[in-house]
Amino acid sequence: MTTTTDYEVIIGLEVHAQLLTRSKMFCGCPTAFGGVPNSQTCPVCQGMPGVLPVINRRAVEFAIRTGLALHCTINAGCRFARKHYFYPDMPKNYQISQYEEPLAVDGWLEVDADGAPRRVGIQRVHMEEDVGKLVHEGTLETARASLVDFNRSGVPLMEIVSKPDVRSPEEAALYLRAMRAILIYLGVCDGNMEEGSLRCDANISLRPRGATEYGVKVEIKNMNSFKNVQRALEFEASRQAKALAAGERIVQETRLWEAEKDYTLSMRSKEYAHDYRYFPEPDLVPLRVAERWVDQLRTTLPELPAERRQRFVSQYGLPPYDADLLTQSRALADYYEAVVRAHAKPKVVSNWMMSELLRELPGDDEQAIAKCPIPPLNLARLLALIDDGTISGKIAKDVFEKMYRSGEDAPTIVKREGLVQVADASALAAVVDQVLAANAPAIEDWKKGKKQSLGFLVGQVMKATQGKANPTLVNQLLLERLPKQS
Amino acid sequence: MPTIGELAARYRSGEATPTRVVEAHLRRIEALDPKVHAFVTVTRESALAQADAADKRFRAGTPVGSLDGVPLAIKDVICTKGVRTTCSSKILENFVPPYDATVMTRLTAAGAIMLGKTNMDEFAMGSSTENSAFFPTRNPWDLARVPGGSSGGSAAAVAADFAAGALGSDTGGSIRQPAAFCGTVGLKPTYGRVSRYGLVAFASSLDQIGPFARDVRGVALLLQAIAGHDPLDSTSTDVPVPNYLAALGQGIQGLRVGIPSEYFIEGMDPEVEKAVWDAIEVLKRLGAKTEKVSLPHTDYALAAYYLIAPAEASSNLARYDGVKYGYRAPGSKDLIHMYGRTRAEGFGQEVKRRIMLGTYALSAGYYEAYYGKAQRVRTLVRRDFQQAFERVDVLVCPTAPNVAFKLGEKEDPLQMYLCDVFTIPVNLAGLPGLSMPGGFTPGGLPIGLQLIGKPFDEATLLSAAYAYEQATPWGSRTPALT
Repeated sequence: MTTTTDYEVIIGLEVHAQLLTRSKMFCGCPTAFGGVPNSQTCPVCQGMPGVLPVINRRAVEFAIRTGLALHCTINAGCRFARKHYFYPDMPKNYQISQYEEPLAVDGWLEVDADGAPRRVGIQRVHMEEDVGKLVHEGTLETARASLVDFNRSGVPLMEIVSKPDVRSPEEAALYLRAMRAILIYLGVCDGNMEEGSLRCDANISLRPRGATEYGVKVEIKNMNSFKNVQRALEFEASRQAKALAAGERIVQETRLWEAEKDYTLSMRSKEYAHDYRYFPEPDLVPLRVAERWVDQLRTTLPELPAERRQRFVSQYGLPPYDADLLTQSRALADYYEAVVRAHAKPKVVSNWMMSELLRELPGDDEQAIAKCPIPPLNLARLLALIDDGTISGKIAKDVFEKMYRSGEDAPTIVKREGLVQVADASALAAVVDQVLAANAPAIEDWKKGKKQSLGFLVGQVMKATQGKANPTLVNQLLLERLPKQS
Repeated sequence: MPTIGELAARYRSGEATPTRVVEAHLRRIEALDPKVHAFVTVTRESALAQADAADKRFRAGTPVGSLDGVPLAIKDVICTKGVRTTCSSKILENFVPPYDATVMTRLTAAGAIMLGKTNMDEFAMGSSTENSAFFPTRNPWDLARVPGGSSGGSAAAVAADFAAGALGSDTGGSIRQPAAFCGTVGLKPTYGRVSRYGLVAFASSLDQIGPFARDVRGVALLLQAIAGHDPLDSTSTDVPVPNYLAALGQGIQGLRVGIPSEYFIEGMDPEVEKAVWDAIEVLKRLGAKTEKVSLPHTDYALAAYYLIAPAEASSNLARYDGVKYGYRAPGSKDLIHMYGRTRAEGFGQEVKRRIMLGTYALSAGYYEAYYGKAQRVRTLVRRDFQQAFERVDVLVCPTAPNVAFKLGEKEDPLQMYLCDVFTIPVNLAGLPGLSMPGGFTPGGLPIGLQLIGKPFDEATLLSAAYAYEQATPWGSRTPALT
């Protein structure tokens, strides 16, 4: 039987990132999300007759910084081009984008697949404007009218195109994760895939192992999470492998990922593909990017995720897995370092963040961290309470949840709820004696060498004290009283 | 009617007031425009209100500048806030811009008064103003003839004394050729000299707004008010604007004038050719040194233009789709149907022809052979001029190979395109070009003399034109329009 393993999977990825500028790409309108429809528009972003675009300098800076972070060559000159097609969400019926002369070319992004880092080439980084949004009354099929909201029209986008260097769906997900982290670190994009500020299209083709020529590629759109990208590519790789094995030809086409149905669906084949009739935008002069400007922007680059991950391993002795997870966003990594500064047990802090904090937070991006109800110092204070024996680790988890829900700090909750750990040997001794008296069979088991009995008895003491007993002390008291094992 | 320059003096002396002058122009429009059809919209009320405000400024002794109270006609391709801007197209028949073009902001700040919006070839595509979706404009010198185009309404309005001056736009000759046909002075400034913000685009890399007036001084005064860098137009250039009025009296002693041999072609009207050679003699007499120069790629300019301009037009006019503003075909079944019918019904023949030409020139597989090659020709044309301007200061030649022709005379689009053979290369090279009366045919039709200058050297053009104007009687003739 022929399977995917007989073929090499070739994947190229196109990432569209909405830039975090305050104003639009070619006019002064605000870019804020969620305004009243058409309240953030002007003649320019509505494509009125006679208007002209003016390039947003900040958007160019964001794109240059991204190009630098991706080790690209920043072209000394670049041009905008018009991309034509008719659609009501696009007021001019052309999009100002870049075509033959993009801002940045030829870079790479390191993808770390289980400690075996690989470089995925970056073909180009270019700037363009977003389109508006159609609002239908009811569903598209039954709507009697459609309305257009141009608030998003003209919002700056950056397109980052990889070389066809990605070799598996899993690697595609890793690439996107790494890309997203870089964009968030640079502060150029909020990385929110659900709201669409980060979008991804993929090109995938298969070729027999050992072949050097590329097969026919298929473009996949409509994947709004890393998981979807990976699943869509897995589906498509196996669909193509089956087709090839059956002697079928792959049709060059665009397919949509149907997340609920778990398959890709043909949208349009290349025969009906648009002719975008690109030509240089005559309303804008070629953009000259002075070397001094690039050098100055280079100095503003922050520590990037790869470097920071490396440092987390070397400075804090974290396992690469922890370091990777904690450096996904700058805010998360900053949070981690703030906790560690106040509570110098890097691995303990890492464990708590990975198991407790990330479970509660809706995401790991700037927005999620900014809204986190537990500031870093409060987490450090909670961990300190475990260290000084005030509460047990188990109680601490309950306290953590309460802190997350109420925003109160640990000492307040512990005090109010009387959660202070019983670490008084004389007080605990009485409880230990009661438990031993009530569990004779367990003592018998213990005598016979059954070690688990100790755990059971500790559990009984904890239960009797509502978890407030200091587990170390309970262990010690039990061992003092239990008979010798035979 | 007084010229722009005379108006300022009379307002200051109290001999005339803006209101009386504006009223006189409105009366003349009312009486005679039904014959000429220069205006698409007359803004009577706002003109009178502006005139009243100007009166008060003059009474208070605080006029805002040399254009204060000067009544102007504005080509209907320039956006005017609150006043419909149609481009003489059905598709924009009821379009009212929510904003002013930069030139309008500047003219308003200078105190100028808009009398109305003038007729044109639809979307500035044409050379006779017959392509207006509303009605053709007629030449005030002979109502059976066209005023030229595409700024025919503006040229006719100035020639007929409906306005002291006007604004037009010039993509391939659309200011200079109608100026020639109507016996007025018209200037296409250097590309980038005047902001295009608010000029409804035909071909973005060629379009430029420019003034019409009955004399060179009037054109200089209007250019002074509208020229200069605009942050809203990235293609406008930040080159200092000289004092154009100061340039006028400087004379042309020693001015090097080039005569491009490619601009005296077979088939051109012999009366036009004779007038231009006579004009060259006048310039010599005034102290200019003339020499022949060659612009060897002139032959290819027209072909390159008819690829580049339609290509850009096909893109610029894509926005007229019935979705947001302007005409929408009623009763469409679906989106594609609406697009198709709106554009089929909303655009005229010539506009559709050029959209199709341009769409074809930009299509995959043809782009290099057409648009790409045309751009290379454009570079060669520009280089021709650069080389010529290493030896001379201005070029002198006819504005058009012919004088105003009769309505309906040129039905073949190619014959119409040939009207612009001497003006198109100037747009391709982005240079300033001026047309002024250079004589009359025995039948009494004006002949246009074209002066072409170096980039951003409108001052030299204006000074040469002024010297010629002072030495000849042509500018003082007016059409016998009653």
